[in-house]
Amino acid sequence: MSLATTPAQPALNAAAQRRTRRPRRPRRGGPLRPTPVIITFVLVPLLVESVSVFWPAIQGFYISLTNWNGVNAPTFAGLGNYRRMVSDPVFHKALTNTALWLVLFGGISAAGGLGCAMFLQRERRGIAIYRAALFLPVVFSLTATALMWQTLYQPNGMINSMLSTVGLGGWQHAWLANPHTALYAQIVPALWREIGYVMVLYLAGLKGIDPALYEAAKVDGASPWQQFRNVTLPQLRSVNAVVLSVIVIDSLRSFDVVWALTQGGPYNSSQLLSTYMYQTAFVNTDFGYGCALAVAIFVLAFGVIVGYLVRAFKESD
Amino acid sequence: MALTAAPAAGARRHGHRPLGSRLRTFGFHAGASALSLLWFAPIALILVISLRSTDDVLGHGLNSVPHSFAPGNFASAWNDGGLKQALINSAIVSIPAVALTLLLASMAAFALARYQVPLRRTLLLVMLGGNLLPPQILLVPVAKLTELFGLHDSLAALIAVEIGFGLGFYVFVLQGFMRTIPAEIQQAALLDGAGPFTIYWRIILPLTRPALAALGALSFTWVFNDLLWPITVLVSETKMPVTPALLGLQGQFVSYWNVIAAGSVIAAIPTVAVFLRFQRHFIGGLNLGGVK
Repeated sequence: MSLATTPAQPALNAAAQRRTRRPRRPRRGGPLRPTPVIITFVLVPLLVESVSVFWPAIQGFYISLTNWNGVNAPTFAGLGNYRRMVSDPVFHKALTNTALWLVLFGGISAAGGLGCAMFLQRERRGIAIYRAALFLPVVFSLTATALMWQTLYQPNGMINSMLSTVGLGGWQHAWLANPHTALYAQIVPALWREIGYVMVLYLAGLKGIDPALYEAAKVDGASPWQQFRNVTLPQLRSVNAVVLSVIVIDSLRSFDVVWALTQGGPYNSSQLLSTYMYQTAFVNTDFGYGCALAVAIFVLAFGVIVGYLVRAFKESD
Repeated sequence: MALTAAPAAGARRHGHRPLGSRLRTFGFHAGASALSLLWFAPIALILVISLRSTDDVLGHGLNSVPHSFAPGNFASAWNDGGLKQALINSAIVSIPAVALTLLLASMAAFALARYQVPLRRTLLLVMLGGNLLPPQILLVPVAKLTELFGLHDSLAALIAVEIGFGLGFYVFVLQGFMRTIPAEIQQAALLDGAGPFTIYWRIILPLTRPALAALGALSFTWVFNDLLWPITVLVSETKMPVTPALLGLQGQFVSYWNVIAAGSVIAAIPTVAVFLRFQRHFIGGLNLGGVK
């Protein structure tokens, strides 16, 4: 098609002519040479992002090397803040909790989301309602979600009364006030919101699998588990990458739930790196150490996100 | 399982369903209904509590059947809890932030998708990478930067931050979408003497509408639901959007679970409305970044 139109108009521009000379590479995107307008189109958004993201990010790394209370000028401290981290028990607690959150929240929402997607996969009567029910919490803010669950978690709230109804009265807790349960109690609302999201991602992925693959597997006598293991999972590989990155980003965003419910308490028992960072920087105005904690979060997220980037780019081209 | 499934499928094709198949269908609906109810139960309970009077909640407990009907809780949250002002603030922030992000991102995406911009891939990667940074690393510097620009504690600063922090992802998604638009359309316009701006505004942008709608609906909920940036950039209670205002409400109405519930419902209504209105786009949008 493109080859049919370009020779008709020889005086288009250099790029189009180059294309007529190299007919073996009919690119989908227009291989047009950028004009000044086009350069501006790229530069303006890039400038906006530079001012609001890239420059602050560089500053953030620098501030982590200083002691700064926001009032006096920052003083250079080298790696002092990082040394302090090594011997800070609250940091250790926050790091453990963040890792725990990542594993529990990530693992359960990935498995639960995939399970729900497979359960609600087939188009049949009423399926839209079931899917909508699971998806609805996704549009709530984490803060509103947290407040809803705060009511459920009250000592006389629904969770405890349900437990006593089914004869598990001994399991009742003051869920959010008990240092042993506070962290886990806060993962649940986050999961309640995340599973529907992951389910939608997996539903699209499952839809994209060629049914002929299952037919072939059945002909070969594959059990349902073998079909899942050898057809479904490998075919979902690209969705898995997306789910993984969504989960990592969202578990770092879990700040909202914890900040709304316990602010990391009681006694730092539910402290996450994100809440500890915010508390250090904006409640205790210890900006240097706060930024060092932010760098720790960055390092934690970095590996997974770089993996995602590499993958996303392989797919985009 | 495979063996039992095969005859069932065959029977369905012949029009009459054996008992086993009907039982399985029943089992599916029973399971799916139970799951849906479990998921919906917290919402239902909150809706009920939001309509009960304080005396009722204190006297009969949180889980009792309602003995009262008190829509006044919504008025308390709306007026005394400051959610009215907060919703106005949220609208002032979310709508321009989403519109400007889409505009800026579509410009960059157009240039990167349809022209041979030098370092195209690197630019995309860098912009997306900026978006995937954990926001924590930016909090302190951005708070200081808004002071530097004289935007301390202003909604304009919040809008700017939300735009900058969303941009990279939008550019990435939109350029992926724009690359699928056939080159012939653009070339036809070029032959008619259209400049790049006309091509962008009159041809590519209208064709990108599904992606723009999906991203718009999604990003509205993201900006609207955000907590971290508002509490970092803003100080004054009167300027807070809905999400931090909910935390204010929580502090103001301690143990008034009915008012807190009403506040949560109010805060959820706009995003639920957007979701219901743009449902198809919304679900599509979640998959835009992922499944090509």
